Formats: sequence, C-alpha cells, structure tokens
Amino acid sequence: MSGWTLAELERWDERIREKVAEFGLDCYPQEFEICDQNAMLGYMAYHGMPAHYPHWSYGKAYEQTKTMYDHGVTGLPYELVINSDPCLAYLMRDNSLLLQILTIAHVYGHNDFFKNNFTFTSATRAKDTLAAFKTRADRVRRYMEDPSIGADAVEAFLDAAHALALNRNRNQAIRRLAPEEQRQRVLERARPRPDPFAPLHKRPQPVEPDLRRVPLEPEYDLLLFIRDHNRALADWQKDLLTIVDEEARYFLPQIETKIMNEGWASFWHHRILGSLDLPAELHLEFLVRHNQVVSPHRGGINPYHLGFVVWRDIERRFGGEGSAEARAKLFAVRESDRDVAFLRRFLTRELMEELDLFTWKPRGEHLVVSEISDEEGWETVKAQLLARVGTGSIPVIAVIDADYRGTRTLYLRHEHDGRDLDIGSAEKTLAHVRTLWGHKVHLETRLKGRPALLTSGPDGFDAKLLV
Amino acid sequence: MSTVFRPYSEGDSLRSDRSAADRKRHREKLRKALKENIADIIAEESIIGRDRDRIIKVPIRGVREYRFVFGENEGGVGTGDGSTKPGQVVGQAGQKGERGPGPAGSDPGVDYYETEITLDELVEIMFEDLELPDLERKRLRQLLADRTAKRQGYKKQGIRVHLDRRRTVRSKIRRKIAAGPPPATEEGEPEPFGFRKEDLIYRRLVEEPREESNAVVLCIMDTSGSMDRLKKYLARSFFFLLYQFVRSKYENTQLVFIAHHTEAKEVTEHEFFHKGESGGTLISSGYKKALEIIEDRYHPDHWNIYAFHCSDGDNFESDNEAALEAAARLCELCNLFGYGEIKPLGSHYYDSSMLEQFKALDADNFHAVLIERREDVWPAFRQLMAKDRETAG
Repeated sequence: MSGWTLAELERWDERIREKVAEFGLDCYPQEFEICDQNAMLGYMAYHGMPAHYPHWSYGKAYEQTKTMYDHGVTGLPYELVINSDPCLAYLMRDNSLLLQILTIAHVYGHNDFFKNNFTFTSATRAKDTLAAFKTRADRVRRYMEDPSIGADAVEAFLDAAHALALNRNRNQAIRRLAPEEQRQRVLERARPRPDPFAPLHKRPQPVEPDLRRVPLEPEYDLLLFIRDHNRALADWQKDLLTIVDEEARYFLPQIETKIMNEGWASFWHHRILGSLDLPAELHLEFLVRHNQVVSPHRGGINPYHLGFVVWRDIERRFGGEGSAEARAKLFAVRESDRDVAFLRRFLTRELMEELDLFTWKPRGEHLVVSEISDEEGWETVKAQLLARVGTGSIPVIAVIDADYRGTRTLYLRHEHDGRDLDIGSAEKTLAHVRTLWGHKVHLETRLKGRPALLTSGPDGFDAKLLV
Repeated sequence: MSTVFRPYSEGDSLRSDRSAADRKRHREKLRKALKENIADIIAEESIIGRDRDRIIKVPIRGVREYRFVFGENEGGVGTGDGSTKPGQVVGQAGQKGERGPGPAGSDPGVDYYETEITLDELVEIMFEDLELPDLERKRLRQLLADRTAKRQGYKKQGIRVHLDRRRTVRSKIRRKIAAGPPPATEEGEPEPFGFRKEDLIYRRLVEEPREESNAVVLCIMDTSGSMDRLKKYLARSFFFLLYQFVRSKYENTQLVFIAHHTEAKEVTEHEFFHKGESGGTLISSGYKKALEIIEDRYHPDHWNIYAFHCSDGDNFESDNEAALEAAARLCELCNLFGYGEIKPLGSHYYDSSMLEQFKALDADNFHAVLIERREDVWPAFRQLMAKDRETAG
C-alpha cells in the first residue's frame, strides 16, 4: 500500500459523496475494487469487464498495453470505470492517497454521466451490464466447447464479425422501424406531394416503389442485417452476430461521448477536490496531477483537456461558477448531447483560438498545418474536428441491396464525406463481409474523387473505377 | 447512494490472469503470420549479415484486425501551443498524432502492428518453415569425435588398474568373519588370512561415445566483373541462409570463403562480399581450390561438408569440361553441393548458362537453382533443403 489504508479511503469517499450530493450529481451506487498492475492490465484488455468471452484479439490488446507500459511509453490509467449499475471502478493499489482521492471524485463524474447522458440511457441497460457480459461469455464458450462447432470455427466467425461491429446505427436513441412501418414510409414517400398549383403543372408520373426490394431503405446495422437475411447461417452463427452487435451497442456511447464524458469527470474531480479543503501537500499534488490529466497533447486532441475546457467555458458563459443557471445548463447539456453536438454548440471561435486548434494534412514526408483557428480558418477547423469526433472516425456503410441483379450479391455503399477509404483495410474487411454473407459483396465508394466499386468475390478482390 | 470498497486480494489478482489463453492464441497467430511472411522478411536487405542477437522489427500483417477505416490522406485536427502558423510542419507522415489516455478499446484508433524478434528466433522459425522433422538431425552423418569412460557398477574380473581396493578388502573381511575364529595351531602363530581370487572386485567402466558433429560450409562465389552489386547481394542472402541452416544442425560449423574469377583464392568474409574483381571466369578454378582446401583441412570422414557456388553462369566455354569434372569430384566429398545461378530478370537471353552444363552431372546430392530476384531466394533455398532431405534419407 502506498501510504493509505482502506479506512482512510472510505473516510475521503464519504466527504466526496457529501460534495457529490451538494453539487447535485446523480449517481448509481458505486463499487470500488483495489487491484494491482497485472489485474489492471487484464481488466483493460477486456474493457474492464469481470467476465468476457475469449478471443485472441484481447490477448493482443493485453500484450500491446503491457509492452507499452513496460517500456514506459504510456502509464496505466489511474482508474477504470464501467457503465453498470452499481457502477464498478478499479483503483490501482500502488497509487498515492491523493491519486485515489482524485480518482474517486473522477469516477463519480463518470458515474453521473453514465446514469444521465441520453446515449447511455437509450442504448444500454446498466443494471444488466455485468450479467449480460457474463451470459454472452458463457454462450461463446459453449459454442467453442461444442464438438460439432469447435473453437476454430468460432474464432474465424468472430474475426469476421468483429470487423463489422462498429458499422452499425450510431444514434441508438432513434428507434428502428419495424418492417411494416418501413413499408408505410416508402409508400408515403412515393405518394405525390400536394401541389397548390396543380392545374399549372404537368401531372407527375407516379413511380411505383419496389416493395419487394431488400432492404426497403438503406440499412446501417450490418451484422444484424446479415443475421436476419443470410439463411445459410446456423443458429450459433446468428447468435455470435447478436453477441458482437450487443457489445458494440454497449461501447458505442463511450465512443460517441469520449470528450464530454472525460471532460465532465475532470470538471467534477477538479471542483470536488477544490472544495475539500485538502491539506497543503495533498493540494499541491492535486494541482500537479490535475494539470497532467488535462494538459493539451501537442498536435493531437486530449479529450480530457478539450472536454474540461469546454465545460468550464459553458459554466462561465451561462452564469458563472456556483450559479444555479450555470448548473442547470451544465446538467441539461450532459443529458442531451454527444460529442458532435456538444462541440458544435459550445466550442466557440474564441475558445478555439485560445486552444490554438489547427488542421494538418500530410504533404510528402511531413504533416503540415493547413488551417488555423483565425478569421478565415476557424470554420474549416471546426468542421474537420466535428467530422472526426465520436463515430465520425468510422466510415458510414449502408446495405443497399441484398440481391443485387438477382444473384444474392450484397451491395453496400460507403457514404462518402470527402474522406476516401483505406483500400488495404477495405479489401480485408470485405473478405470478412463475404465470410459472413456467403456470396459476392460489392462496395460502392469514391476514390480520389471518382466513383469506384470494390468487389470481393470467389476470384478474390477487385477495385475498379466506375467512370 | 452507497459505496462499497473491495480490498485488494492476492488471490483475485492471481486468478485474474485470465488473458493467458487469449495471449497464447495470439502468439500462435503471430508465429504463423511470421512464417507466412518469411519470404518477404528474408528478402529484406537489413537482416542479412547482422548480429544474431540483434532485434529486428517485423511488420505483421496476419494478426491485424481489419475494419473499414479512412485512408492515410485523411488529415486531422490538433492542439497547438498558441503560435501555430499555416505551413508549419507538425510531424512526420506515417505516425499519427498522440492520442489521449482512456479506457482501452473504446477508441477505434490506428491498428498498426509490429513485432520484435531476435534474429535467432527468426532463424528458428525459418527452419520450422522448412518442416524438418527432428529425426532429420539424427539421420545426418554424425561423428564419434571423443570417447570417454564412465564408471558404472562393479565386476569380478578385470585388469589390475581397475581394482577397487576398498571393496576388495571389505569382501575379504566379510569372508574372514564368516569363517569364524581360526583353529589353534601348535606353533601359536595363526596362519595369515590371505586374499583369494573371489575377493577381488573391479570397477566396471563403460565407454561413452560423445556425439559431436562438425560441419564446414564452403562458400564459393564468382567475383568476376560480370557479378554486379545486386547479384552479389542475392548470393549473399543465399549464403546467409545456408550458414544459418548448417549452424542450426551442427555443433561446430566453420565457414570458408572462396572467391574466384580466373583464379581462385581463399578470402575473408569481408573481402568476399565487398571486393570486386574484374576479368573473366573460370569456374573450375573455384572448385579446384575448394577440393584443395577439403584435402588440406576438412577430411570428409570428420566433417560434414556443404559446398555452395553462386555465379551468373558466365563461364568460358573451354572451361566447362574441367568445371564439370571438378563438380563431380565435389559431389563425392560433400553432403550437399549446390549451384545457384543468379540472373536478374531479363538477363537470360544473352548470357550463357551453367545450368545447362550441370544437367550432365549425375549425382544425388547435387542441386542447381535459379535465382532471378530477391523473392526467389527463400523458395530456392527450400528447394535445396528438400534435396538435402532426400539424400539424408
């Protein structure tokens, strides 16, 4: 133990909880577990989950983190907290007393965020988190132990499913339409619009919608679509697709709110520790540690830093520290926004200038600054930032046709937003799609400004420009 | 709201090494990927002629997890120090900006993967790739270089020097006690109780042959004017593999370098690879030199001899017969005699080739390969080893 006892932590925790209540944070019951580095590395590989299905990629994650940690490239996080009810967090045994206090306060920030932010409340059921992960792990293990399936088949199928896990509906608060509702909407769209000047216009030819088309509307949940439309899949394969999709569903809110969530937790640990009347030497360490956590990463974005700065700015602009208005605003935003909306609404030009945000582009061997947050550039910089936060770093892929030209070929479209796909990865990922779909797969995209079609079929991969 | 603190427990911590199985599976995949990419790795200039404990970084493609991601030219957004100007260089292409700390796995991130292995490990994997069964080693000629004797038990017969005096005396005393007190005699002086043949105990010595094996690799290379840098590099890659291979099988491996153009001489490794000579080529000169060295220093009864010759095949017509004759003699002496013809793509048409000539050579342990570019080195080597396998069997 590094100069603290469990009783001490409990005393500090009690004081922190008083502050949490005073500031109006709304948390799940909290559980802390003290662990050592090895256990922490293990938890990190499995996203903090006490139970998780086995797959070599977690072994790889472990080795990578461990190598980086052993070589001092990165430290371990002070804490690991998972979105569950009760909220579960791990504290590192070897951290100093101050770090534990800071971490405990930080965890309550996350806890409040998990319980209240709409991305979490709409997509995950915190009560069931641990049980759900455990059940999924049991299911996967059962398939691996089943002699008619075997570990190798399960592994190969999981490899393919993992590749598409994040290509799913992003805003999970939007309800999926039932097939009948989709039909209604398609018919609705096909109906001619009411036209006040009908006598003046030529009567539009009504276009009859093709209701036999699968899917009726572009479908973004790739794994679920394949599960529901590839009849050749065995039950265990369908179940694996469900399992992988459910996990992605659980993790997506964390991707979507990284900046807000870390900023929120940092904002509150800062506020709470500032009001605890820490003894002088602890207070000094607090300032040092806090500054380390929220220091900008030169040339990149530190979500702790950006989030912290924006939350502080919101408080300042909407009434100032301690005011009821500001607090109401903060709580409303933490409930209703995700990173994209949060930055779009609250990252002001002044703040961007203060942060010295810029965009860079590769030019030859170097990465070169293209725009900075000045009069002309700030809007470009902001637009680029918004395109990259949250799930913005994941290309949007939609299923357009499950029976392209009547050949059971799966036709996908990449919704190109100015950023080209990496062809090497697209080739391998398409091969995974083919494994899952069982037939040829097309992916429509754009390469260097021209429409292109990538194909993975029995004769391998092919990329051709369409014009 | 209530809070629970669970104290640290050693047992939990030990149990929590649950990633062990997944790590093992990952290592397996890594090894497999290495094997699959071995030809590419061998083709890399940098690994040849390095220290054996040098760590090399090998990019691994096989264990990457692929997803749809944006391409390299995506660009990005960063935080500056307050004085950033357009056009300023902020980094090197190929390495992305730092990322913030955070829960693992929630960041799609860049999936780069490089593994570090030592050259030794690589060599081991290389030979695993050759699929040489363990039996292979035993089948190879091994010499009884040394005999040592080891005590093992006792026996009743033997030569004087092996007599175990302590046991012999004990045996006598035992017999004496068993015989009871000596009968009294008239003279009062008891008869001395002497040693008998049955008392004698000798140490039993077992001869133990120690298996030791010696090998020599004769690297013969054409250093005539027509061997340019690329050709020499290809030859060198080949010799590197050969040396590593032989070294992995024998305890004591020596290297001999013979450079030849119209005359041959034994040179140091450095000279072998770096000194260019000009002039024509008499391949027979190299073989004769090799035969001479074998005669002098490496008697085939004591040494496993591997000879390999790299050339671009541009020999003087008149020398072909002599070369063939010397090659046949080498085949008799060597475990394996190989010839690698190095012809970078497109140069076949105007050069003469020794491959044609060597077709006349009728020996099981002779093998000729054609190397046209870097990627051929490994397959050519595999082919050669397959030959070695046949002859050993």
